[in-house]
Amino acid sequence: MTDAISTLKPIPVTVLTGYLGAGKTTLLNRILSENHGKKYAVIVNEFGEIGIDNDLIVESDEEIYEMNNGCVCCTVRGDLIRVVEGLMRRPGRFDGIIVETTGLADPVPVAQTFFMDDDVRAKTELDAVVALVDAKHLPLRLKDSREAEDQIAFADVVIINKSDLVTPEELDVIEDIVRAINPAARVYKTSRSGVDLARVLDQGAFNLERALENDPHFLEQGHDDHVCGPDCDHDHHHHDHDHHGHQHDDHGHDHHHHSAHQHGAMSAIHDVTVQSVSLRGGEMNPERFFPWIQKITQTQGPNILRLKGIIAFKDDPERYVVQGVHMIIEGDHQRPWKEGEKHESRLVFIGRELDREKLEASFKACGAAA
Amino acid sequence: MPTVAPLDLDGHVLAVEFLGDVPFFASANGTFHRLDGGDRVSEAHQGMLTAIRDPYSESLISGGEDGKVLRIAADGSVSEIATAPRKWISQVAAGPQGAVAYSYGKSSLVRLADGTTKEFPEERTVEGLAFAPKGLRIAAARYNGVSLHWIGMNAKPIDLEWKGAHTGVTFSPDGNFLVTSMQENALHGWKLDIKPGTEARHMRMTGYPSKVKSLSWSVKGKWLASSGAPAAIVWPFQGKDGPMGKAPLELGTRANIMATAVKFHPLEDILAIGFIDGMILAVRIADNKEALLRRPGKGAITAMSWSKNGKLLAFGSEAGDCGVIDISA
Repeated sequence: MTDAISTLKPIPVTVLTGYLGAGKTTLLNRILSENHGKKYAVIVNEFGEIGIDNDLIVESDEEIYEMNNGCVCCTVRGDLIRVVEGLMRRPGRFDGIIVETTGLADPVPVAQTFFMDDDVRAKTELDAVVALVDAKHLPLRLKDSREAEDQIAFADVVIINKSDLVTPEELDVIEDIVRAINPAARVYKTSRSGVDLARVLDQGAFNLERALENDPHFLEQGHDDHVCGPDCDHDHHHHDHDHHGHQHDDHGHDHHHHSAHQHGAMSAIHDVTVQSVSLRGGEMNPERFFPWIQKITQTQGPNILRLKGIIAFKDDPERYVVQGVHMIIEGDHQRPWKEGEKHESRLVFIGRELDREKLEASFKACGAAA
Repeated sequence: MPTVAPLDLDGHVLAVEFLGDVPFFASANGTFHRLDGGDRVSEAHQGMLTAIRDPYSESLISGGEDGKVLRIAADGSVSEIATAPRKWISQVAAGPQGAVAYSYGKSSLVRLADGTTKEFPEERTVEGLAFAPKGLRIAAARYNGVSLHWIGMNAKPIDLEWKGAHTGVTFSPDGNFLVTSMQENALHGWKLDIKPGTEARHMRMTGYPSKVKSLSWSVKGKWLASSGAPAAIVWPFQGKDGPMGKAPLELGTRANIMATAVKFHPLEDILAIGFIDGMILAVRIADNKEALLRRPGKGAITAMSWSKNGKLLAFGSEAGDCGVIDISA
């Protein structure tokens, strides 16, 4: 039965976040009208300005459900559970689902729905969280809302839109802010939401194995250890972007914009409350690592927006990958270590009020040599 | 094994109901098929979300992605009851005197036979609707509880509160109990026949490995059967306190194979249990005796219905393989 086979492959879901005016509707209209050979069902909060008549656009009230399990950050979107269930009863109609959130939406419940609801999980797969950022207004947004920052912190792909409305120097500053908030995201700069759709849809960014295939230098960025927290008041030394020009084909990466950090940008960076902690170590002892990561996510889950990592376990011929949202963590073996490949463990936490020293020390204590 | 008359439909079957002796199969694609001397088709919705039988008349009520609420008569004719453009109508219920309840967003609506419509605003999205067995009264399941509305009065609704998302609702046949299914793998119940002003009496029915999607009361309301476990979980409701402090029966237990649909026989305490692999069992409560009614098929059983005399059982599945089982043979 072809039906049986087609229902086995989960339908990819792209979550589109971004502040009002960041260009979500323009991007959606492109996805719906361009000839890319695929059909998408779109779940929107309001039909609004989507000028395209398509019976696969579904309006839905964002409705947050707290789960009755005593965990404060275990929230899901009740409306998505219902709409996805309805859509998936007639799966042959579309190749993917796009969820557009309102400007003020918290992306976390949307993502958690795809982990916590068994029915949704059985039939769909979260593909990527895409955040659109308005280059002109980002500094202002960061000043007056936590949501704008959360959306960037939580994203797998960040599109800096309306880049034509700012100077190249300003754009570099915006990019630095985005990377300061989220060093693990792929970042594209564009105007009029003109990003290549192949970089937005069907990314497999939430699928650990595919995410690593697509981004072999995942977590290798040179933003090691520098956190632009609210109380960091030194001049920013320049991040070394040199070796992550891969994938980011529209990056200039000449990085002669140190001066930008000394004026104007500081105020924006200092509105950033999200920090990231990148950990690096050798081979890990699984009997120490698993209880440790469980405990960290249980006790600090509310402060952790995302975590991603590759772990090398002692005497394990395969790489282990982990990924998490608040208190939910998932992990699996990805592939055998290649010959000559360094057995190194890397883990990044993106969140608030993270205790860097404690994380570093306790991570180190999980080492096989410790 | 009893004989099965098969019907292969394209796509997910939402509901199966008898009108007279004719079984109707409601497809998510928007059509009704009826086995009446051959497969006859009524085009109804552009995408159907729900279909139920009106217990007060020989007709079905359905809601769809096209925003329509429709009535389907025994001859297959379709008439429109209400329409809400661009809204999904995923909940409908049928009441006495031709009243039909439906919902979209944060509203429950009741259309009376004379064409007037009453709207009851809710604080949260309505996920389940049911008419009480007595009187013109509806229950709307929502996040953190259920709202009870008297349709003929302008009284304030009675709010039955319980934390969590309530996704479906049903009254016991005597109207003494109200039971909801929840987003968590649990049922919740309220005892309704309590003196005004006394504290609410709650019933927590938990322990399911997955969500409960199907509920069925036995003919006299002594039992409430449920899906959501690798057996039908059947709660005793014969005492005045319902299942409080009592363990449920587990009928038709299969190792790791989930029951997805349950339906009590209209005359006897016999339960039909449909499973995720398409198998159907009938189990008699009195002696726990099991009979295999259908071998596994293409998909999970989504709906079952007995004919009035209890001799025929119609079923439908997620994959579209349907049929009618003759148990008198």
